Amino acid sequence: MGLSREHDMHKRRFGRNLGLGLVLVGFVALIFGLTIAKVGQENFEIPNSEKIGRDE
Amino acid sequence: MTDASLNASETGLGEYDAGFGDYFALLKPRVMSLVVFTAFVGLVAAPGGVHPVVGFAAILFIAVGGGASGALNMWWDADIDRVMKRTANRPIPAGRITESEAFAFGIALAGISVVMLGLAANLVAAGLLAFTIFFYVVVYSMWLKRWTPQNIVIGGAAGAFPPMIGWAVVTGGIAPESVLMFLLIFMWTPPHFWALALFMKSDYETAGVPMLTVTHGRKSTRKHILVYTVLLTPVALALGFTSIGGPIYLVVAVLLNLAFLKGAWDIWRRDETMAQADAYRTEKRVFALSLFYLFGHFLAILAQAMLAPYGLGGW
Repeated sequence: MGLSREHDMHKRRFGRNLGLGLVLVGFVALIFGLTIAKVGQENFEIPNSEKIGRDE
Repeated sequence: MTDASLNASETGLGEYDAGFGDYFALLKPRVMSLVVFTAFVGLVAAPGGVHPVVGFAAILFIAVGGGASGALNMWWDADIDRVMKRTANRPIPAGRITESEAFAFGIALAGISVVMLGLAANLVAAGLLAFTIFFYVVVYSMWLKRWTPQNIVIGGAAGAFPPMIGWAVVTGGIAPESVLMFLLIFMWTPPHFWALALFMKSDYETAGVPMLTVTHGRKSTRKHILVYTVLLTPVALALGFTSIGGPIYLVVAVLLNLAFLKGAWDIWRRDETMAQADAYRTEKRVFALSLFYLFGHFLAILAQAMLAPYGLGGW
């Protein structure tokens, strides 16, 4: 039997890959949104360790 | 899975390739909806506020943490699930996902959810989420569930933590209000579950899980429902006098508690002959009422919080 034949397993595997892909894209978007939200806060401060590194 | 295994699966000898929905089913989506709703109310009712994106991320990671608990519970209870009709079609007993896959999936999601909640919100919220997962998986699933008929009483604490976590996301701490929201769900769980146990014909006994209806009998279960409902009432009313309560909440709480107390009283006064005669009508009614009861209380808290900016909120 060739791989070209559409099998129920292929549909399930495609659904799983598509679902996982969408979850990963959503996760990236969420991390991006969180970063923007946190950096945009009024009380946002650059951590001390990075300040020291930058001052030097 | 290779093409060779595809051929094998066609002959019924190979393994099943799980779909996305099978993994989603491991997260117990129906339980997750209650987690999302109560955590959201806890977050909105808390004093102060968070950026909407932070709030969204926090609720999402709380939901994922709850889902991870569900997956780990299904991994541990796979032997029970195989025996009981209600759970025989879950992904593991049905053979769509292996036990080790479910374990890895649950552990990974638990770790991700706790770490991400810590990064998105704070360590108190992350710590509470980690404790909730530990409590549900280790204390309830591994220890209490097969050991004592009071399993649902103490195990119910796991389902009661989400509003406390939502509150901690905003405030970074624990307060009397968040503890009372916890107690509301904690005290509500036993009468809710036992009302269901009275009319649901389950095969817990076959699976070796001690349920109050079996170990202590139905008469005792009816008494337990009444006692826990009486103990639940002051907790529900006390919330009305805190900073998240108010006239709307108090009116809703008084009405719902009167109705629930009446329902518990009706259940206590009945015996099995009466219940069988009308196909457990009262028990079914009280179970439906219990769902409305919890939803109503949290909806009232939400309404108080939403109306507060317009001067229509709390006291």
